[in-house]
Amino acid sequence: MSTRKSLITSNLRVLTGLVLITWLILPLIPLAIWSFARGWFFPDLLPKTWSLNAWNYALSDTAGVLDSLWLTIGISLAATVLSILVGVPAGRALGMYKFKGKEIVELMILAPTIVPGIAVVLGIHSVFIFVGLNNTVPGVILVHLVPTLPYMVLVMSGIFANYDASFEAQARSLGASALKTFWYVTLPAIMPGIIVGGLFAFLVSWSQYILTLLIGGGRVVTLPLLLFNFATSGRNDITGAIGMIYILPGIIILLLTARHLSGRSGAVGGFGQI
Amino acid sequence: MTHVSIKELTKVYPGASEPSLDRLSLEIPTGELTALLGPSGCGKTTTMKMIAGLLDPTSGDVTFDGRSILKDKPENRGVVMVFQNYLLFPYMSVADNIGFGLKMRKMDPAEIKRRVGEMLELVKLPDLGKRKPSALSGGQQQRVALARALIVQPNVLLLDEPLSNLDAHLRFEMRDLIRSLQQEMGITTIFVTHDQEEAVVLADRVALILDGCMKQYDNAEAFYKRPVDEATARFFGGQNFMSGTTRGTVFEASFGQLQLVEGLNQGSGVLTFRPENVLLNGDPSAPNTLEANIADKIYLGTQTRLKLRIGQENVDIITNPSDVEGLSPGDLIRVTLPPQTLWMLTS
Repeated sequence: MSTRKSLITSNLRVLTGLVLITWLILPLIPLAIWSFARGWFFPDLLPKTWSLNAWNYALSDTAGVLDSLWLTIGISLAATVLSILVGVPAGRALGMYKFKGKEIVELMILAPTIVPGIAVVLGIHSVFIFVGLNNTVPGVILVHLVPTLPYMVLVMSGIFANYDASFEAQARSLGASALKTFWYVTLPAIMPGIIVGGLFAFLVSWSQYILTLLIGGGRVVTLPLLLFNFATSGRNDITGAIGMIYILPGIIILLLTARHLSGRSGAVGGFGQI
Repeated sequence: MTHVSIKELTKVYPGASEPSLDRLSLEIPTGELTALLGPSGCGKTTTMKMIAGLLDPTSGDVTFDGRSILKDKPENRGVVMVFQNYLLFPYMSVADNIGFGLKMRKMDPAEIKRRVGEMLELVKLPDLGKRKPSALSGGQQQRVALARALIVQPNVLLLDEPLSNLDAHLRFEMRDLIRSLQQEMGITTIFVTHDQEEAVVLADRVALILDGCMKQYDNAEAFYKRPVDEATARFFGGQNFMSGTTRGTVFEASFGQLQLVEGLNQGSGVLTFRPENVLLNGDPSAPNTLEANIADKIYLGTQTRLKLRIGQENVDIITNPSDVEGLSPGDLIRVTLPPQTLWMLTS
């Protein structure tokens, strides 16, 4: 009985692995091949001639890919830090306290994940023109908070729903100031949530296209915008090279934080535990 | 060395109609170990949190050596509270937990290490400094929590149900440890408990709080010998209450007269006596010796409880099982209520 069960489990594991590879890795292979190809036409299985031209171009100063990479990293990091600064207190309020209208606040915070960004951004656009944030990097960072905050707040409210605030009382009683209590007691306890929520926030900001395009007004050229330009102009080789650069941070961050994503840390509980 | 004085301390939680704590006043002399005793929800933990600064009182005052501390931040009061579930910081080693308070006081790390070592010796856990709290047993966690509190040499130590999470055999060990450390360091200590036994074995003095009001504040013995009212007596296991009238040293009960000692409350009132103080089959000529009918007999292992009828009154007594062997419900026995064990409730 048990051997049969374990056989099924191991088969399921193999199947899961296959599905994951098919979905995540396989689509990337043509992209990688394209980046090293000098023309690749039907019905060839592989390109006839190989070249580093696309990579040379992508990494050259004229393409602006590297500038765009640093800009994108900067914008995403800033959006992540701001998401943490807003998301931690908001998550604490939603996770630990009961108050009037809490359901409405939850709904409002989740709304950007349901309502298309473009519907929201048109209104924000006119406000940003008014306050002079249009076509600026700070404007783009701020508008990225619309889609990043829901993930951050969701993760942090899950963390705080399982958090015992008496540890803070204990620390105060032992002589820690409010600030030290946060640093030594609260922060270590909520760190898994900050890491997971921050990862979500970074990746969501990293992949923004419409919001960046509208608020940045074409002056703030992040990697997705650059990528889109090349993809629509039919340069598959350069698109492939930039695409490879584009997915790199995501993979690095994912590998660095993988152990926090396992679900054992309680950081991925969401509103379910409130 | 701190004399703690609690004056008319009251807490009404927002939205509550009844106060959780109603005008509690207590004087706790320097170096004494005082128990706040009461059933759960009686306001005792609320009191502790207000002393520790973790909760603001609605009205009233708390003073240390005559100075009000209510405006002081929790970290500046010199009060350390040890919670019932110990609350050891899970991310820190045992040594870091114990040294936490000193680190917050910016003490030199080498000095912290030395004092933590001393403290670990004191609570008899010399080799566990490097462990994480999760690797400790409940009793060990309790010791670490105590060490973490004592190392900062607080003026006032607050303990929340210090023995209630421990096994029976650990309780006495911990009781002795708490008492000896407290006496040695002379720290004014207040602890709360719902268990009268815990209060009696640990405390110099006990304050009984029922329904948010203090009933009696006295040494442990007084709660057995001289309870103020029926609720107090019942909380300490009192079972026997008789209505009647006292004139001088004579109590007029429904079944006849009982001899009292001098100085008890006069007039009509309630007489009480402890179930364990009633004597069986004693000298027939001793005062207050009566005939009683056994209504029920309950064997409890180390003792036997007899439910008796004396006239129209129900009387519960606790005896040694060998003294009542062979007796069964319906039998008549002779009981003596020694005058010095009878007490008139004062309110």
